[in-house]
Amino acid sequence: MTRKFTWFNATSLTFAFAFLYLPILILIVYSFNESKLVTVWAGFSTKWYGELLHNQAMLDAAWVTFRVAFTTATLATILGTMAAYVLVRSGRFYGRTLFSGMIYAPLVMPDVIIGLSLLLLFIAMNIDRGMMTVIIAHTTFAMCYVAVVVSSRLISFDRSLEEAALDLGCSPMEAFFYVTLPIIAPSVVAGWLLAFTLSLDDLVIASFTTGPGATTLPIKIWSAVRLGVSPEINALSTILISIVTVGVIAASTIDRRRAARAGERG
Amino acid sequence: MAAGLRRYLLIVVPYAWLLVFFLAPFFIVLKISLSDLAVAMPPYTPTFDPSAGWEGFKAFISQLDFESYIFLATDSLYVNAFFSSLQIAVLSTFLALLVAFPMAYGMARAPDWLRPLLVMGVILPFWTSFLIRVYAWVGILRSEGLLNQFLIWTGIISEPLQIMNTPVAVYIGIVYSYLPFMVLPIYATLEKMDESLLEAAIDLGCSRVKAFWLVTLPLAMPGIIAGCFLVFIPAMGEFVIPELLGGSRTLMMGKTLWNEFFSNRDWPVASAVAIVLLLTLVVPIVIFQRQAERQQEAGR
Repeated sequence: MTRKFTWFNATSLTFAFAFLYLPILILIVYSFNESKLVTVWAGFSTKWYGELLHNQAMLDAAWVTFRVAFTTATLATILGTMAAYVLVRSGRFYGRTLFSGMIYAPLVMPDVIIGLSLLLLFIAMNIDRGMMTVIIAHTTFAMCYVAVVVSSRLISFDRSLEEAALDLGCSPMEAFFYVTLPIIAPSVVAGWLLAFTLSLDDLVIASFTTGPGATTLPIKIWSAVRLGVSPEINALSTILISIVTVGVIAASTIDRRRAARAGERG
Repeated sequence: MAAGLRRYLLIVVPYAWLLVFFLAPFFIVLKISLSDLAVAMPPYTPTFDPSAGWEGFKAFISQLDFESYIFLATDSLYVNAFFSSLQIAVLSTFLALLVAFPMAYGMARAPDWLRPLLVMGVILPFWTSFLIRVYAWVGILRSEGLLNQFLIWTGIISEPLQIMNTPVAVYIGIVYSYLPFMVLPIYATLEKMDESLLEAAIDLGCSRVKAFWLVTLPLAMPGIIAGCFLVFIPAMGEFVIPELLGGSRTLMMGKTLWNEFFSNRDWPVASAVAIVLLLTLVVPIVIFQRQAERQQEAGR
């Protein structure tokens, strides 16, 4: 029996996707609004994008955010891949339950708790707050997402390939870099991208752990948004949404092509 | 280099990172929650001085008390914030389930070629900034916003509805933001479901509705439970949504913590709020972790 796709299914999908996408579409449309009043349409204009380009504080924040996200993603990918290896491969060891608890808990832990606790740690350790503390904070929760993404790939990984490489004289390091890494690469890339966007998005944890000279874009957006809706923020949001959309679609296309090629070979 | 040493290093590096930057901070929060507010930097007392030795440590311990917790329990503001968080989180989890289930069901029944696109469509908003997605609703829900403009234009209402700055706006915000977390686990269980079970139930005399209740729903249960935890836990400590959409009268724990810390500069009370929030969430978090681990094991 083939699954029946009923009118009820089609309707619920249409409504649910409309609910998911309409607010974003409206936001994008109004970023091209001539009027300063966001809810009154006064004709097409790209002037808010122009204004954004001349807002030095915004550009500085964007640059800080990019550097934080890039470093976070890289660190989190290294630590997260290691953690995934430990979760999947290391079997039982002393403190394993605690370890997996520390991997899964940050995925659902409220931001305010992570932010507050890390800030109090930095103060207790007398570390000056700035870009570095934000990077440490972001790496801590982003590595857990990377670990989950990579470990789901590692579980389905055929270990005999790695054993063959070892039998043929590879050192364990060589076996990892020549055999394992290329195979799990799509999930590692996905993990990196996920960590990058998580860092790019985060407001709460960055607000707690930031210091002078390390104002990130979400903090900047937050202070603007609290004063109300502004077309400039809509324009900025549109740019960010476009970057993420292009990135996610590119990543998934690469992944699907790889999977398709692997399928042909197999 | 011995294989044992390599394995040891592999475990130690991520382990140590999480111990220092994830677990240790909780003990500091716990310690500060037991301290008293002081006009100093850092603004609490006592501070621990390792040079004072054992006597100093005993004096330090004796100065800790539960004052902040007593304050939380006796001030109705904090008690209300706790119950209002609980109510908002439970109700919005339920609403998210109501929206997500038909959606996941439709996705699982969609033609094969369409399914990856639909999954992509659910994941994509999750990747776009949370803050921006919540902000998008401000322009829609305001009294002169698009929803009210639309409803007045269609003649359904004559006066703008006050949705913004009410709990209703918070419900909408939470359901909207966390919908992918609910849809994906349910979809994963429904997609794997063996359709012949349904067929068998119908052959044996079940009506379609009854077969749904007796077969589909129980089989989807693991996904439903996972989804509910994934929405409930972060919703309980949510800060951005109640602050931006809920207005000053919507109280939630996350918002209280933020205000105590940044506006009142009362670190002991902010820490006590964090500990209470954490204790509330410990049980759901442990259940969630067990579930996630079991799913990983099953994938093996």
